[in-house]
Amino acid sequence: MTEYNFAYLDEQTKRMIRRAILKGLAIPGYQVPFASREMPMPYGWGTGGVQVSAAVLTPKDTFKVIDQGADDTTNAVSIRTFFQRTAGVATTTATSDATVIQTRHRIPEEPLHEGHILVYQVPIPEPLRFLEPRESETRKMHSLEEYGLMHVKLYEDISRHGHIATSYAYPVKVEGRYVMDPSPIPKFDNPKLGDMAAIQLFGAGREQRIYALPPYTQVVSLDFEDHPFEASKADHPCGMCGATDSYLDELIIDDLGGRMFVCSDTDYCEARQAAGHKGKDAA
Amino acid sequence: MQANTLSGGFADPATQSAHAFRSLMEAMARPGAIQDIHGAAPPAPLSPAMGAVLLTLCDTETPVYLAGDMDCEAARAWLAFHTGAPFVGPAHCMFAVGKWDALAPLAVYPIGTSEYPDRSATLIVECSELAAGATLTGPGIKDQATLSLPEVEAFQANRTLFPLGLDFIFTCGERLAALPRSTKVS
Ligand SMILES: [Zn+2]
Repeated sequence: MTEYNFAYLDEQTKRMIRRAILKGLAIPGYQVPFASREMPMPYGWGTGGVQVSAAVLTPKDTFKVIDQGADDTTNAVSIRTFFQRTAGVATTTATSDATVIQTRHRIPEEPLHEGHILVYQVPIPEPLRFLEPRESETRKMHSLEEYGLMHVKLYEDISRHGHIATSYAYPVKVEGRYVMDPSPIPKFDNPKLGDMAAIQLFGAGREQRIYALPPYTQVVSLDFEDHPFEASKADHPCGMCGATDSYLDELIIDDLGGRMFVCSDTDYCEARQAAGHKGKDAA
Repeated sequence: MQANTLSGGFADPATQSAHAFRSLMEAMARPGAIQDIHGAAPPAPLSPAMGAVLLTLCDTETPVYLAGDMDCEAARAWLAFHTGAPFVGPAHCMFAVGKWDALAPLAVYPIGTSEYPDRSATLIVECSELAAGATLTGPGIKDQATLSLPEVEAFQANRTLFPLGLDFIFTCGERLAALPRSTKVS
């Protein structure tokens, strides 16, 4: 068999996902259930994001996939190739050239514009899940806006560590209503979620949920008056491009414990280097 | 069966519905922004935009309510042939199709439940024009947007139900715009 449906999924499945996306956009931050399909890749590879991308892509799109900021991991390359073959889309690693960007665990450093659609791969869509394992209960908590436990958990962090220790998947409140899991992006990326020009779509395959943030939506990271939210990152410039405003990965570079900090967004870093910016570790 | 029942669907369903959905998604994500939508040629009184929306979203799993003069043999036969959608009354529909006056009263449509606010109807309203009009603010809108609406009060009342409520798609010729329940109208 070399005959694929356009973007792999059959039309009925795409219609069902598309209906869920529209309801998700109409109720920002609310998790819309959908009937997730088997995809020809493991769940850990972001089958929720893949199904959302399949429902959204047109043959005119230019598609980019990032995995923790990098375009060249096995996961990113596989998903990019998958849609190149099944949807005939052009692909790119350049954020500015892309129209649809599927991401695992990062938001690109370069500001997104109105022509962008950002599709997140989400492992656990329910921000209250670690407080309450039962779906029937978390659904009730969302319906009643019972978010007190979430604040208690964050406050326990403060009393134990002196600050809020949660550094990934840091919960946000959308338009003053739904508490939402932004997927395991570093909390450094949280301020980009709100007021973004692009459409943001979130897909969780195993948990069968789709949710969305329309452009210019109010998104607030949960915090306390005496402990305001801080979008922290390693306090270094990038070793390769010298950027001081980007999220950094720490790399071990030799057997002697030598370390180096580099932009996690490889496209951002490479574009800066190509423009002549140089960090202290650059050759 | 009339000849035009069989024609007027998407010639290339996968790519045409993909393009049509993008127009729809942009419209729902950016309330008030008018989008082009192409590919359908349904029989009157359905507009091409209405036809494209229905082809993109409807199938055997989506009960449709045809209101007023949209509830005619031509529209029923075309929709049944191209989508297989079952026809129901307003209280049980997922999509309602009609001109504004024929769709009233809004109180009969499902607005979702507090645990499943997505289980609500989407009203697809055939309009004689899409232009500037009422002032819109809310998610999807930078500062403010504007859209011609058949009235203002009904949408203000719908907004007070949030996160429950109805979502609206307005069609006219080969263009559409949308107004989700989250939009404030003044
Ligand atoms: Zn760098």
